Amino acid sequence: MSSIIPGRTIVLEARGLTKSYGHVVAMDGADFQLAENEILAVVGDNGAGKSSLIRALTGAVTPDGGQVLLEGQPVKFKSPLDARLAGIETVYQELAVATELDITQNLYLGRELRKPGLLGTVFRQLDKRRMREQAAQHMRDLGIRVQSIRQKVDTLSGGQRQAVAVARAAAWGRKVVILDEPTAALGVRETRQVLELIRRVRDQGLSVVIISHSMPEVFEIADRIHIHRLGKRATVVRPGAVDMNDVVAVMTGAKPPEAVPSALIGPGAARVQQLAGGL
Amino acid sequence: MAGTSGARQASSPRALAFAFFSQPMAGPLIALVAISVFFSLTTSTFLTPRNISLLFQQSVVIGTLALGQTLVILVAGIDLACGAIMVLGTVVIGSLAADGNIALAMAMGLLVCVGAASLNGGIITLLRLPPFIVTLGMFTALQAGARLYTNSQSYPIRSDFLTVLGSPAFSGPLTVTWGMLLWIALTIVLSYALNQTAWGVRVYAIGNAPNAARLNGVNVRRVAFSVYSLAGIFYFFAGWQALGRTPIADPSAYQLANLDTITAVVIGGSSLFGGRGGVVGTFIGALIVIVLKNGLTQAGIDSLYQQIATGILVILAVAADQYMSRAKRS
Repeated sequence: MSSIIPGRTIVLEARGLTKSYGHVVAMDGADFQLAENEILAVVGDNGAGKSSLIRALTGAVTPDGGQVLLEGQPVKFKSPLDARLAGIETVYQELAVATELDITQNLYLGRELRKPGLLGTVFRQLDKRRMREQAAQHMRDLGIRVQSIRQKVDTLSGGQRQAVAVARAAAWGRKVVILDEPTAALGVRETRQVLELIRRVRDQGLSVVIISHSMPEVFEIADRIHIHRLGKRATVVRPGAVDMNDVVAVMTGAKPPEAVPSALIGPGAARVQQLAGGL
Repeated sequence: MAGTSGARQASSPRALAFAFFSQPMAGPLIALVAISVFFSLTTSTFLTPRNISLLFQQSVVIGTLALGQTLVILVAGIDLACGAIMVLGTVVIGSLAADGNIALAMAMGLLVCVGAASLNGGIITLLRLPPFIVTLGMFTALQAGARLYTNSQSYPIRSDFLTVLGSPAFSGPLTVTWGMLLWIALTIVLSYALNQTAWGVRVYAIGNAPNAARLNGVNVRRVAFSVYSLAGIFYFFAGWQALGRTPIADPSAYQLANLDTITAVVIGGSSLFGGRGGVVGTFIGALIVIVLKNGLTQAGIDSLYQQIATGILVILAVAADQYMSRAKRS
């Protein structure tokens, strides 16, 4: 029943993550695998522990047990900054843009470029021109259309603001971009634009994790779908190989994970196969 | 690319007009000109070289103090203690200068101002208490502290250096004092820091969207603390300006300076919600506050009515700010 994809490079991986808050078990041996250059959707019922998993991957939460590996190397992120320095950028559900700043300032916030020479070192002067040029180029590469790179974010639509947030993550994320419900607050047309943008981010060579509640959206954009249930990974499927009802059924426990064709990679896949064989 | 198209647009008169009105200081500047024209037409003494010189001299203390207040308001804070901190600085300088050691007096004055302002900043950022209440408490405490320190007495200032800011740098039909030049220089330096450095961008960012700034890796508390401490330096300079205006270190002077600075900042186009505005606007705002007081004096109106006018002015400015912010959000 299972179809395993061998030989894909795994960028970000988690093995057996656990985390409890008092009696509440948020992660109960959660596994996770993100392959190079793919869009992986993470779905799960409310309270399944999706956000705990993501927070552990981005350094916002320190797991009680288990391991996180980046490109095969074990990593221990103590803060989101650690994860960011390692090349993992996150776009949070709450719009992380400063509306009174312009697009360039938002793209470079916290990582501003200074002018070379004395102007930069002694007078701490920003290299606004270089930042604008690079920002404009980056926005063009991602196909994001705005009137001017000097526009205040205040003047942008919700979709454009989200695009700025995604562009920022794509600009700094060297390996992985994680998006937490990036279209939750958007209309139909704007959702389309943001999904298109996410595809282009992948096509630039990054790996993307998208957390979403919208099944049609997940089926449209994801290369693979990670289904989370009761604090751990139930299985991973390929949108072409299953239908939405199957995914919802596994999410809610109406169907066992073994009943749908899996798209796991490597040893994790083998383990599921053993389990499936054992049944 | 964006730069060239912007330059092309700016060449047409309509675009120039648009560029002017979209500047945040356009409103304050128009208001300043309108009030000045009004007093020039209604009084015979307002538009005289002597009075214009006096206007600027009257503005330097509130103007310099308001530069610090602008920083605090840009990070969505407020400093009700700014005047009290400044006054404490002047009495410390006055008492120590009486012994003849001017350098020590200045150093201690600076230390006291930066220390008190940093204490504000520390309580607000580390204990996460509301700036309004913290600085209100600091305001009354420091005011009483300054009186206790001096036994409610004033110190006359005899040092030329301590009063140099009140003396003219150029004389002509218009008298330009060193204090005015210092006020202008401080405004330029602070404007540079806010507009041309990463620190400045972050000041606006943490005032506008602290969560977004934090998520983007900005150390919000550290930047906020730096703002309060830096404001203390401006309070110190304002104290020096005050000694130049009147060579007496008086613990009960400038009791309402905090309201004047808030008026100057808000009227100058900075938002009390933080993240919007700047020090050039505050420069103009301080002039508006003083022009209003001066003009009402020239028109022979009682100083109690002037206080009423200032009170109304600050409420109007805050109301306009609220209205604009609400309109923006919806």
